[in-house]
Amino acid sequence: MPTELAALSWNPVSDFEQLTEFSFMVQALEAGTIVAVMAGAVGWFMVLRRQTFAGHTLSMVAFPGAAGATLVGLPLAFGYFGACAAAALVLAAVSRPAGAGRAGESAAIGTVQAFGLGLGFLFVTLYSGQLNSLESLLFGTFLGITAAQVQTLLWVALAALVVLVAIGRPLLFASVDAAVARAAGVPTGLLALAFLLLLGLAVAATAEITGALLVFALLVTPAATAQQLTSRAGLGLALSVALAIAVTWLGLGIAYFSPYAVGFWVTSLSFGLYVAVRLALALLARSRPQPLGAAA
Amino acid sequence: MFGHEFMRNAFLAGSFVALACGLVGYFVVLRSQVFAGDALSHVAFTGALAAAAAGIDIRLGLFAATIALAVGMGLLGERARPDDAVIGSVFAWVLGLGVLFLSIFTSGSSGENGTAAVRVLFGSILGLSVGDARLAAVIGLAAALALLLIARPLLFSSLDPGVARSLGVPLRVLGVGFLALLAVVAAEATQAVGALLLLGLLAAPGGAARLLTDRPWRGLALSAAIALGSMWGGLALSYEVDSLPPSFAVIGLATAAFALAAASRYGTRIEV
Repeated sequence: MPTELAALSWNPVSDFEQLTEFSFMVQALEAGTIVAVMAGAVGWFMVLRRQTFAGHTLSMVAFPGAAGATLVGLPLAFGYFGACAAAALVLAAVSRPAGAGRAGESAAIGTVQAFGLGLGFLFVTLYSGQLNSLESLLFGTFLGITAAQVQTLLWVALAALVVLVAIGRPLLFASVDAAVARAAGVPTGLLALAFLLLLGLAVAATAEITGALLVFALLVTPAATAQQLTSRAGLGLALSVALAIAVTWLGLGIAYFSPYAVGFWVTSLSFGLYVAVRLALALLARSRPQPLGAAA
Repeated sequence: MFGHEFMRNAFLAGSFVALACGLVGYFVVLRSQVFAGDALSHVAFTGALAAAAAGIDIRLGLFAATIALAVGMGLLGERARPDDAVIGSVFAWVLGLGVLFLSIFTSGSSGENGTAAVRVLFGSILGLSVGDARLAAVIGLAAALALLLIARPLLFSSLDPGVARSLGVPLRVLGVGFLALLAVVAAEATQAVGALLLLGLLAAPGGAARLLTDRPWRGLALSAAIALGSMWGGLALSYEVDSLPPSFAVIGLATAAFALAAASRYGTRIEV
């Protein structure tokens, strides 16, 4: 964060020039955009599949991954992606034998999450207390992104989007009606595993930028807002991506001109939008007679 | 080990916190409210940091924030049960607020404030004073007793809400009351194991007990016993092994108990 606050001149052109004057801001905007596109698209499926808790757990596991990589001296990205992929496999395996419906599954997910965080804390303690790095692992380094990181992110995002496009149709089918999809010969178990791995990938990439605790601002809230607005798949996906991008740009822009952290602005903007949309929809539904078959 | 005052305090506070977590956690798992418990633990983090930023007692912020959110969720929950996405959206924002308070707090005062956030997130059970430990024990005991008091109707309404309602069990009061109780336990446990690890003490013993037995009272006792065992074992382990933080040792043991329970269940393959 710049120690000297930039002044807002209320002239859009000069403000924009000021915003893109420093390379760290340009890189933050590039990385934020890439992450927003990926998180918006993957998040839409996550909300649809009601795997928010699993996604949250994956994002938490990014923290021990990064802490462990720091401890051993590996590159951070390696820790993020390794831990998230491992956790996705564990989640896919653990949710089946635990059985006993959703109750057993959520207990298993919660346990994985708590253990992962405990492990992260252990790594940080063993690393003999570099507390500053702990904070940036948890809350992200929006403004410290290098050009090389942007490059890596771009490749990861491209790979994730290609996979998502490839499995999109059957995944949508399996998510909306698992029983019918299974009957029609769609490999739902394999798709669930593939999606968890994809989610882990997206979360790991996002966590590198926003920190483990704030992944949700881009992954859940834009997708939840989009699903409030439309139930059509293509439109919803596009809307989710657009909202995630808008929130990231605005958050970065505001944070540049204010003393508070980027994470706070991004989460507040996306949550404010979500609340506004829900309120507006509730008011609309009240002021106008209910059409047949409309959801409340 | 018990020659040290801080170990005695840790055992006193830890025992009652674990007892309360084990009992409440069994119902949390039974009612599929693990995600809600997770949200409460994050709110505890924000509440504590808000109190720290405002310069008032951290405990006040903890209790105020968690109870307010729990009652809010409970009141919204009965009519339109808040789904995953709602809880997720709310606490993404709550965490963002936590970041804001953290930045206010760290820029407001200099010095060892970096450790304050770590203490809230990961707990500091070995740093409790006698007064803190006694207070934690009293609150833990009170929460455990309160839970046992409502356990029978709560069990009924968790397992079969429809029949319970028709027999005149006040579902809504019970649901909100239970969430408030969960909030008290969460706020208290945050000081022992930290906001981020609290979930392990809630989910793992309850989940393990549910896998091991289908009989509710036995499960409740088992859940409390696993939580207590993890707490005692974890404290003793971290005393013996130098660089092992106590909160990790406690959570590690609870996770091991859950993994063993899941493995035993996997072997027998009980039809659900």
